[in-house]
Amino acid sequence: MATHRIQITVNGEAKEGQVESRLLLVHFLRENLRLTGTHIGCDTSHCGACTVLLDGQPVKSCTFLAVQADGHQITTVEGLEQNGKLHPVQEGFWEKHGLQCGFCTPGMMLTSCALLNRNRNPSEAEIREAISGNLCRCTGYVNIVKAVQYAAEKLQKEEAHA
Amino acid sequence: MIPSSFDYHAPATLAEAVALLGKYPEDAKVLSGGQSLLPLLKLRLGQAGHLIDIGKIPGLEYIKEEGGMLRIGGRTRESALERSEIVQKRYPILVDTAKVIADPIVRNLATVGGNLAHGDPGNDHPATMLALGAQVVAMGKSGERVIPIDKFFLGLFRTALQPDEILTEIRIPAPVEGSGGAYVKLERKVGDYATAASAAYVVIGTQGFVERAGIGLTNLGPTPIKATAAEKYLIGKKPETAALAEAARIAAQATEPSADRRGAVEYKREMARVLTGRALKKAVERAGGK
Ligand SMILES: Cc1cc2nc3c(=O)[nH]c(=O)nc-3n(C[C@H](O)[C@H](O)[C@H](O)COP(=O)(O)OP(=O)(O)OC[C@H]3O[C@@H](n4cnc5c(N)ncnc54)[C@H](O)[C@@H]3O)c2cc1C
Ligand code: FES
Ligand code: FES
Repeated sequence: MATHRIQITVNGEAKEGQVESRLLLVHFLRENLRLTGTHIGCDTSHCGACTVLLDGQPVKSCTFLAVQADGHQITTVEGLEQNGKLHPVQEGFWEKHGLQCGFCTPGMMLTSCALLNRNRNPSEAEIREAISGNLCRCTGYVNIVKAVQYAAEKLQKEEAHA
Repeated sequence: MIPSSFDYHAPATLAEAVALLGKYPEDAKVLSGGQSLLPLLKLRLGQAGHLIDIGKIPGLEYIKEEGGMLRIGGRTRESALERSEIVQKRYPILVDTAKVIADPIVRNLATVGGNLAHGDPGNDHPATMLALGAQVVAMGKSGERVIPIDKFFLGLFRTALQPDEILTEIRIPAPVEGSGGAYVKLERKVGDYATAASAAYVVIGTQGFVERAGIGLTNLGPTPIKATAAEKYLIGKKPETAALAEAARIAAQATEPSADRRGAVEYKREMARVLTGRALKKAVERAGGK
């Protein structure tokens, strides 16, 4: 079986690999690049623990081939912190206790970032809709919603000051 | 889980893609959004020797009104459909449908063409397209052909597409005065296939009588179902409560559900009746009938 030379920009850095056709993006990230913040929570494309941003849009990296990502931009949870400063969404999860075991958290945060990039002031219903493809078995979602609201406020304040 | 080995091809043009499908007639598959195909390959419920990714072919993602039709490019994503202004304004039934497909993350990759081409009676767009009287455009080695949607679904995971054909466009007649449609789905949770779902479309004439009716049903038999007897019943009737209820009852008789974790046969058939009643009511409201 043929392999493919791919080049993907991951968290702003160009990464290369020689991959089998069937290699899933999540395995490329975790095993080839050792970015283990992207989790695998199911075998059926349901849980969203593997969510990453593909050119800014959340996708399930367990249901996307590494070779399909060739030439694209990928953001993983490791890419959220900038210059030693947590992303407002990360800060929100910290401040509002938006996690318990933390397994769903990377995917949850990336989905939330994409939502806030498109809508700076989402309603509770819009937040719940946006994260409906990310399953959390611990929190009951209440504090996750608060974390996203915290991040939304913080981003709006930052922009007002800028 | 990891799929068994296959070769991946990313043709740059439709002609190349068709040629590749022709080259491996036994075991090539089109890869569109991959949100049905990759789960199948991962669970090893399906197999393919060659995946032909149509994602690098330009010009397959669009939504536009032209020549009295809404034209949707075969690779248009569900997320683009639900956010499209023209769809929100003029085709609310399509927003109803897209919004209940899978979850928002899956919808960033899943495509409208894939949803039809998969031929799964659990997919949501087929019922809506049956109700709307859509057409599907297929490109093969001998050129393009147009397939009416009621000739498209042949069996479980079986469609009218030839192995070397690619679904390139979906065409939906533009709404006329007095028309309205709605899709209503019962699901256990977000991301679940329908326990039952119903799409309804009506055209009400200036005298207040139904001139056209379309009813499509999801996951209630081995293929998506067009409830033709119920559609016929409605023609010439005033779209009032009793007539809509009777049409819903007739539609439910056309179903052949099987019992599974989502419910028993009797339950699903009853849900088909209830949901068709609701879809018809909403379609009539949107048509301005009430
Ligand atoms: C967790 C989850 C939940 C889901 N829930 C729902 C749901 O509630 N309702 C629903 O309707 N769907 C649901 N889906 C399925 C999802 O919407 C699929 O993505 C969609 O049905 C298929 O579209 P795709 O673009 O992903 O196609 P792919 O997976 O790429 O392809 C599916 C099949 O169609 C063929 N094909 C695709 N495009 C073409 C084309 N242009 N020409 C010829 N053949 C083609 C492929 O060869 C393949 O056999 C769910 C999926 C997941 C992962
Ligand atoms: S690992 Fe569960 S959706 Fe990807
Ligand atoms: S915090 Fe444990 S799954 Fe969400």
